[in-house]
Amino acid sequence: MFSVITFYALAGIAIAAAFMVVAARNPVHSVMFLILTFFSAAGLFVLMSAEFLALLLVMVYVGAVAVLFLFVVMMLDVDFVEMKQGFLQYLPFGAVVALILLTEMVLVGAAYFKGSEQVAKLPDDGVSNLEAIGTLLYTDYAFFFEAAGLVLLVAMIGAIVLTLRTQEGVKRQDVSKQIGRRREDGVEMLDIKSGEGIGS
Amino acid sequence: MIGLTEYLTVAAILFTIGVFGIFVNRKNVIIILMCIELILLSVNINFVAFSTHLGDMGGQIFAMFVLTVAAAEAAVGLAILVVYFRNRGDIAVEDINLMKG
Repeated sequence: MFSVITFYALAGIAIAAAFMVVAARNPVHSVMFLILTFFSAAGLFVLMSAEFLALLLVMVYVGAVAVLFLFVVMMLDVDFVEMKQGFLQYLPFGAVVALILLTEMVLVGAAYFKGSEQVAKLPDDGVSNLEAIGTLLYTDYAFFFEAAGLVLLVAMIGAIVLTLRTQEGVKRQDVSKQIGRRREDGVEMLDIKSGEGIGS
Repeated sequence: MIGLTEYLTVAAILFTIGVFGIFVNRKNVIIILMCIELILLSVNINFVAFSTHLGDMGGQIFAMFVLTVAAAEAAVGLAILVVYFRNRGDIAVEDINLMKG
């Protein structure tokens, strides 16, 4: 009974917060509601006994992605009120498409999976959720795991390369230039007579 | 008892809100990126719900991969956004037609 109440509370908060992400006037508020949505979804994951993914969701999304969004929103000096202009113009069309989409998906879900009760837990043979994921991830899905790492590496390099800016007029150390420098380039031997100096 | 259907319904509603948000916020790229995150989250809920329902851990593994791709997508998308803002001083979606595609 308690889990039912928890489910409906979490689901309701998640849906309401997701709607506020779309409807909020201020993008900073949108990011905050996005964080709330992810928190509630993490709660749903715990209800489905996927504890590791719930923690991962909180860490990756709330800790990294949402903060990234927050940084970008605050960094860009954009008039966000003006950006909200087309909201009412696109509202009817968007609502129609969204309603059709929702009806279709709920109908399919209800028709196909009605009455299929959720098993309370995964087959419990004494291993925790984390242990089961780890065992599977490093054996059957090892190559997929490495591919995921590759995706992250490419994304990281891509983000750095995209935002890298080489500024003019900055003095930097050039090692090859330093090593390639020879005595003849740097030292000039002059024969100076007394009383003349080297000026002009 | 909460069954599979309830979780699928929640995921469907979240997905719909994400698509709806892309439709109504056509000027703001940041909100569009957030809506994509919402859509990917609903996919994750589906994965985990089926994983629990079928007693197969593979669903949770795939949810992890979706999470990875979502994080990478957000990073690259926001980087592109920052570069675009640096070049144009604006992030209006309607003006993104430099390549005349």
